[in-house]
Amino acid sequence: MPKTPLWDLPELPKNELPLHLQLQKTRVFCNNDAPTHTENIHYSGAYAAMGVDNSLRLDEFRKNFKVKIIKLNEEDMEFDLIGIDASIANAFRRILISEVPTMAIEKVLVANSSSVVQDEVLAHRLGLIPIIVDPRLFDYMSENDIPNEKNSIVFKLHVKNKRGSGERRTVFSHDLQWLPFGSEYALPTENPSDPNSNTKPKTYTSYTFSQDTLPEFSSNPITVTPGIIISKLGPGQEIELEAHACKGLGKTHAKWSPVATAWYRMLPEVILLQDIEDEDAEELVKKCPVNVFDIEDMGKGRKWATVARPRACTLCRECIREPGWEEKVALRRVKDHFIFTIESTGALPPEVLFTEAVKILEDKCERLITEMS
Amino acid sequence: MEHGSYHDLSASTVELKDEDHTLANSLRFTLNQDPRVTLCGYSIPHPSEAKVNIRVQTTGDPAKEVLKDSCQDLMMICQHVRSTFDQAVADFKNNQSSESE
Repeated sequence: MPKTPLWDLPELPKNELPLHLQLQKTRVFCNNDAPTHTENIHYSGAYAAMGVDNSLRLDEFRKNFKVKIIKLNEEDMEFDLIGIDASIANAFRRILISEVPTMAIEKVLVANSSSVVQDEVLAHRLGLIPIIVDPRLFDYMSENDIPNEKNSIVFKLHVKNKRGSGERRTVFSHDLQWLPFGSEYALPTENPSDPNSNTKPKTYTSYTFSQDTLPEFSSNPITVTPGIIISKLGPGQEIELEAHACKGLGKTHAKWSPVATAWYRMLPEVILLQDIEDEDAEELVKKCPVNVFDIEDMGKGRKWATVARPRACTLCRECIREPGWEEKVALRRVKDHFIFTIESTGALPPEVLFTEAVKILEDKCERLITEMS
Repeated sequence: MEHGSYHDLSASTVELKDEDHTLANSLRFTLNQDPRVTLCGYSIPHPSEAKVNIRVQTTGDPAKEVLKDSCQDLMMICQHVRSTFDQAVADFKNNQSSESE
């Protein structure tokens, strides 16, 4: 290489990193031994020596940020968040799992249970049943609160398998019956045999009115996810209980988590560093267990490999495992492109869950601002 | 709660109760992207105590104000994410209903 005087070198374009640094900043390199450049460079002055500003500009963010919905139905959704940092995407994921409230059964009053399932196991199983109701319509119940129509939901379960029926009876979650008037069980302090009292005995809840008079529930009664097996009863066995649900957060107990799970992965990027032709191409297609590559005809009987479905790539690195292949194929992940998946348990549709999660992060910031000023 | 130095406002540590990585890590990101910040980081001193310490050191501006500004930034980001997401969902639903017709 001939010597070039310093002043003849081409000037770096302003506010643009050299190609290799840009690549290291925006991609994770998945080499066959270990991934490299996994960290995100946050510090605003990280590239100050090159005259590149690494600080966050809100208008820049607004310009680059994109959301693409891939799949959406009542239960789950998949979408792309493009142009956002991992720390914020992770905040959304963490909030979805542990800080978006739902309703779940918290107290179980067992009147009679002769099934083989122990009471505490039964109560735990009941707790995990998703209740299909919008939690935003309810208040939290604190320790000293008396359960009322604004903070609790009561279900009744009374199933009996007749003696001599000769078969087992399966108890399903849809055997739970919603009690819009609240609990039917009188408190032990009440005297049921008192003939003088005309008033109804005090129960475990104190509802001032029935929940089914509320416009939200008058036409669609509160139900639980049907078809979940709670227990099995042998002949002569019986379960009679009341289940009281209240509002809570996933960080207290997973039964309040509104998602079966929520996760994201970075977009895989598969790049052929050189043309891969003929036998090599066929070998490459065969190597990949998820069919990322295709063969394209170039004419004259020659074929070459193309990357047809990079999204399917699981980064198993099978294609670069054998010596020599790492120079031909590059596997990378795009650091600011997240394929986000939310699986709802049914209380709220997944798109509402995500907006709720974002709102919760906003509230956290707002709280901090007001606390500090 | 705030632990700061009284004579040097450009550096302080803020202790947040009932918060965890969710807020602290996102704040660390927005703080680091602020050119006024020379150093910032957070730690959770003990995993069973729900609190987190955020350290902010600046080039001269009061650290408290800088932290508040990054909260504001994070809020703006969230608002933008929410509006973009809602728009994308509405578009997707429109497309789906027009396709099924």
